[in-house]
Amino acid sequence: MSPKTYLQFAKEHPILSLIFVVGVVVTINRFLVGGLAATTNLDDNNPWGIWISFDLLCGVALAAGGYTTTAAGLIFNIKGFRTAIKPAILTAFLGYAFVVYALLYDVGQPWRLPYPVFWSPGTSSVLFEVGLCVMLYVTVLMIEWMPNFTDWVGWQKISHIIHKCTIPLTVMGVVLSTMHQSSLGMLYLIAPHKMHPLWYTYQLPLQFFVSSMFAGMSMVIFEGTISHHYLHSRMSPEYNRDHDGILFSFAKACSIVMLGYFAMKIMAIAGEDKWGYIFHGKYGLMWLTEMFGFVLLPAFLYAVGYRNKHTGTIKVAATLAVLGIVFNRFNVSWFGFNVHLPESARYTPSLQEIIVSVFVVTLIILCFRFISKYMAIFSDHPAYKGHH
Amino acid sequence: MNRRHFLGLAGAATATAVAGTANAAAGHSFEGYPNSYGVLFDASRCIGCRQCEMGCNTINSKNVTEPWTTLPQKDAKVFEDLKGMNATNRTDATMYTLVNKYEPQALGGKEPVFKKMQCMHCKEPACASACFVKAFTKQPEGGVTYNGSVCVGCRYCMVACPWDVPTYEYKKLVPYVQKCHMCHPHIKSGVAKLPACVSACPMEALTWGKRTDLLKEAWKRIGNVPGKYLPHVYGEREMGGTNWMYISNVPFAQIGLREDLGTTPAPQLTSSALGLVPLVACLWPVLLGGIWQITKWKDKRAEDEKQKAVAEAIAHERAKAGK
Repeated sequence: MSPKTYLQFAKEHPILSLIFVVGVVVTINRFLVGGLAATTNLDDNNPWGIWISFDLLCGVALAAGGYTTTAAGLIFNIKGFRTAIKPAILTAFLGYAFVVYALLYDVGQPWRLPYPVFWSPGTSSVLFEVGLCVMLYVTVLMIEWMPNFTDWVGWQKISHIIHKCTIPLTVMGVVLSTMHQSSLGMLYLIAPHKMHPLWYTYQLPLQFFVSSMFAGMSMVIFEGTISHHYLHSRMSPEYNRDHDGILFSFAKACSIVMLGYFAMKIMAIAGEDKWGYIFHGKYGLMWLTEMFGFVLLPAFLYAVGYRNKHTGTIKVAATLAVLGIVFNRFNVSWFGFNVHLPESARYTPSLQEIIVSVFVVTLIILCFRFISKYMAIFSDHPAYKGHH
Repeated sequence: MNRRHFLGLAGAATATAVAGTANAAAGHSFEGYPNSYGVLFDASRCIGCRQCEMGCNTINSKNVTEPWTTLPQKDAKVFEDLKGMNATNRTDATMYTLVNKYEPQALGGKEPVFKKMQCMHCKEPACASACFVKAFTKQPEGGVTYNGSVCVGCRYCMVACPWDVPTYEYKKLVPYVQKCHMCHPHIKSGVAKLPACVSACPMEALTWGKRTDLLKEAWKRIGNVPGKYLPHVYGEREMGGTNWMYISNVPFAQIGLREDLGTTPAPQLTSSALGLVPLVACLWPVLLGGIWQITKWKDKRAEDEKQKAVAEAIAHERAKAGK
């Protein structure tokens, strides 16, 4: 493309271009000019900020649609799920790839990121497990996604080989997801003295895993709706036909998993006798909002939407559930963390930190748009007509 | 069994396993390295002269062997300023230690009490257990040292440390973690016989020795003058025990030492949960593979039965027509 086409594109998409330019400027500032001090509000008391809370914790939870959809469609062999698999794998792949990309901004010496796995493995660390699983899972997702690319460029032999490995890959995906989704919660087990008791429990790993299930499914519904709106013309009749069926199945599943999650959260409070905190102060209110506004309410809306076969209600529920996961991860890693510090020593993200997060999300959307435009994501590749 | 039912069962099984291993882990015991050294700080003796800070800065800005054990050399005048001392300052990337000034309620809120803060050198350090590149080592001699040559800069050590000790060189483009190493490299190389802060202290507020001896000394001081000290050696059991310990004539919470940390060593907080990882890695593939096989058989069988029924119906119709 000539520079002229770029300028034309920039003129047509002013907000996108602005985000891109500002994102690049901050990136240069972070890596070459000012370092972490000039780009972030991180300090000695608050070593982890929004890049961990949002880009890593929320990013990984919301990319869980990859393992939930492939498990439903390929292992449990549920009819009508086949069409959801390719978009879900693409979303998960992009999600994880950009989680890794975002981590480059956060760690002090990003060029050493392979060290924990290849050079000096600290196996007693929860973060080691997270790192190893995420690395392996990105690889699995890349292989699972690869046929879209190889079909596109016409290397069908590679696609055939990968197709043969579908089930082992899917099983590996679920295993690795179980482990790192839960170990993201496990990260915080080492800091009981810094977290608010309403969020600290030894069940955090289990809670993170279970919530990742409905987070993933809600995100599939949420973005499926958006894709349906903007990429409708790219979708084959079969993909359009299956859309509502998948929506209803996931709505019912989410409703049940969320009720189970609600019970788990209550059990953690009851088991450790933390009732006193619930009706006390700001944190109590936040916990109640999270549990009733962002877990019980969407669970109920999902159930109603499923019973009435009303897609609108389900979409509202999915939006609430996605926001709820973000709120939960923020509560664990940010709002409810470092509660022993005085208010003045607490962390608020800097503008540049937020810009990087927005920049990363924008890059994901751009990649998704590009790939689904040129490769067969919402349709079957011509080479596979009648293959399935 | 459908998928959700199955996941529910798996969740329940995991929960039971968590409870089970948690009990098993309670049997853990590590008494620490038997001949390790440490320091005892006596809050009733410290006068807040900051000589320890100066001693630390001098030795660690001159006898530098590695880039990550470098402290910027500070002018001696910096340490003469006693007015700027307060209760809330903490160490940063330019220092390993700091003296805070408190005016505890126990003494009417007027009389100052000082406390030196640095790495506590836990017997089982949170930072070492949290580090995913093994950059921290608990030395048999007592200190917890940091090796920057492998550090990625994830700062999980800072999240994990209950005393907020490790600091980070945020301002540098190639940053490292900084924290007190109990002068381990200097003692090893013979530059110093004991930590620089201890030798700099004019009041003998700091005592260097074997941890076991220090504990005896601490309890002796507590017993010698009844009512002077609180009957508690801070660090004897906190977070599983530390090699840096404190005795004080005022409650520890009033001189900035948290009394709510408990006695569980940090590695135990995650070890039982981490122990489940191999379980998941072994159990899940077998279960999922089995489920996949079952759903495949189920679908095949349904298909076979359908075809059989169709064939039978056709045969039946043919037989009727042929009659």
